[in-house]
Amino acid sequence: MGDLLAYRALFGAQARSVLMYRTSFLVELLGNMGATVFDVITVVVLFRAAPQVGGFTLAEAVLTVGLSSAGFALADMLVGNVDRLKVYVRAGALDAVLVRPLPALPQLLLMDLPLRKALRVVFGFVVLGGALAINDIDWTPARIALVAVTPLAAAAFFGSIFVISASMAFWWVESGEIGAAFTYGGRDFTSYPITVYGPWFRGLFAYTLGFAFVAYQPALALLGRTDPLGLPAVAGYLSPLVALPAVIIAAGVWRTGIRHYRSTGS
Amino acid sequence: MDASVLTISRIGPFRSSATTFGVLVGSGFRRYSTYRQATIAGSFTNIVFGFLRCSVLLALAAGVAGQRPAGYDPEQLATYVWVGQGLLAVIGIWGWTELAERIRSGDIAADLLRPVSPVTSYLAADLGRALHAMLTRFGPPLVAGAIFFPLHLPTRWQTVPLFLLSVILAVVICFGCRYVVNATAYWLQDARGPITLWTLGSGVLGGLYFPLRLLPDWFTITLWLGTPLPSLLQAPLDVIAERDGPALQAGLVVVQAYWAVVVLAVAAFVQRRAERKLVVQGG
Repeated sequence: MGDLLAYRALFGAQARSVLMYRTSFLVELLGNMGATVFDVITVVVLFRAAPQVGGFTLAEAVLTVGLSSAGFALADMLVGNVDRLKVYVRAGALDAVLVRPLPALPQLLLMDLPLRKALRVVFGFVVLGGALAINDIDWTPARIALVAVTPLAAAAFFGSIFVISASMAFWWVESGEIGAAFTYGGRDFTSYPITVYGPWFRGLFAYTLGFAFVAYQPALALLGRTDPLGLPAVAGYLSPLVALPAVIIAAGVWRTGIRHYRSTGS
Repeated sequence: MDASVLTISRIGPFRSSATTFGVLVGSGFRRYSTYRQATIAGSFTNIVFGFLRCSVLLALAAGVAGQRPAGYDPEQLATYVWVGQGLLAVIGIWGWTELAERIRSGDIAADLLRPVSPVTSYLAADLGRALHAMLTRFGPPLVAGAIFFPLHLPTRWQTVPLFLLSVILAVVICFGCRYVVNATAYWLQDARGPITLWTLGSGVLGGLYFPLRLLPDWFTITLWLGTPLPSLLQAPLDVIAERDGPALQAGLVVVQAYWAVVVLAVAAFVQRRAERKLVVQGG
């Protein structure tokens, strides 16, 4: 209970601080939604230019981008700001977090919860809803459950990637943009049907790292299509099983990182 | 008797300001050469995104009748993507919030006391940054692209010099745009909103995510002539990919030159207006 109050205080302070500059906050809210809007526009522009890209029609591609952006936007709002960890490490602000009697990760996230990203989540789910409407889906209880679970599993998966990428700062403060290759890169990767990628690049991102299960395989299951790459139909339902180990690995990496952390001592 | 006026140095005013400019360029260069690990990390990320974008555009080409979406053949598309990934850090679209931070914190007051105008001194520092990026960040994505994809090599003698000129102009235009975006902090205090809008708009409308030629013609032409955005990436990339005939290829650079002048003039104007109303915050 006391913990909850403490978290609420952290969140309240953050909310008040962003609302101080009201115009700026509004512009940011819209601007952040723009990020997702442009991702979707990019997919639409590309798929409009050809009847099929990688064996997918425009409507089918919108379903992958909808699943991917709903999950990504959710993860980015809740966990995405963990990438500021390197700033905290360099400035020594992490020390202040560690001396408080609360777990460090939730504190860091609540200290800087990006409320400006809220509309992005809304837009991601709107695209997903639109995609479900324009595709001819044969609804079964299994598919309804799949639609409910996939964005959440995707968010857990992306959230883990965010935490793992950010944890690099514990070992390598100048890790710079390397995490972006897997967070934003992962989002871009999952926005398209993975049939568009060359074999080894696809093997690495889609199956070794597990990004195929964020949007591509669930989309196939929803559409009732067989996988042109040969995985059985059950693959569409595996996203929670892929997200779970990702969360466990991320938690492990984070804990190891925190233990490894040596303050700058300034 | 010699009646010459006492001068501090024997170099004329032009020589001295050129020297100052050169020194500022050098300091901008050195500042970035200290972040060696960040350079490697950034190149890695550019290469991953190169694979993503190149794969998608080549899949698109395979799906279009004649395999030439928007008039690019597959090799030209690959060149477009990989040179673009190399240029990203050179043009430096994203991540510059230095001016906005200095305005917000009040440190800008120190810049205003210097004898060189902030527009000039930040431009010089930015050219130094771009030169450093050209030497370190441009090559790696291009090499990766050349290893894994067939690229289009320039066939006209004028393409490479035009491309270099186009890159310099793009750096200047991008600097001017970022300066104006940052300078909104003079009025808003917190420029994060405009910076977010800029980050989004410049990537999509600058031609990073897809060649703008995929959009309807009337829209693309309006963008070229009505905004500086296609001059940031689309112009140098179309020049090096030799998408157009020699006349249009040169024409793109002329449009860039026009935008470089306009954008710098706007930046200088905004700076003058801001100085008149500036209230330096304490702290």
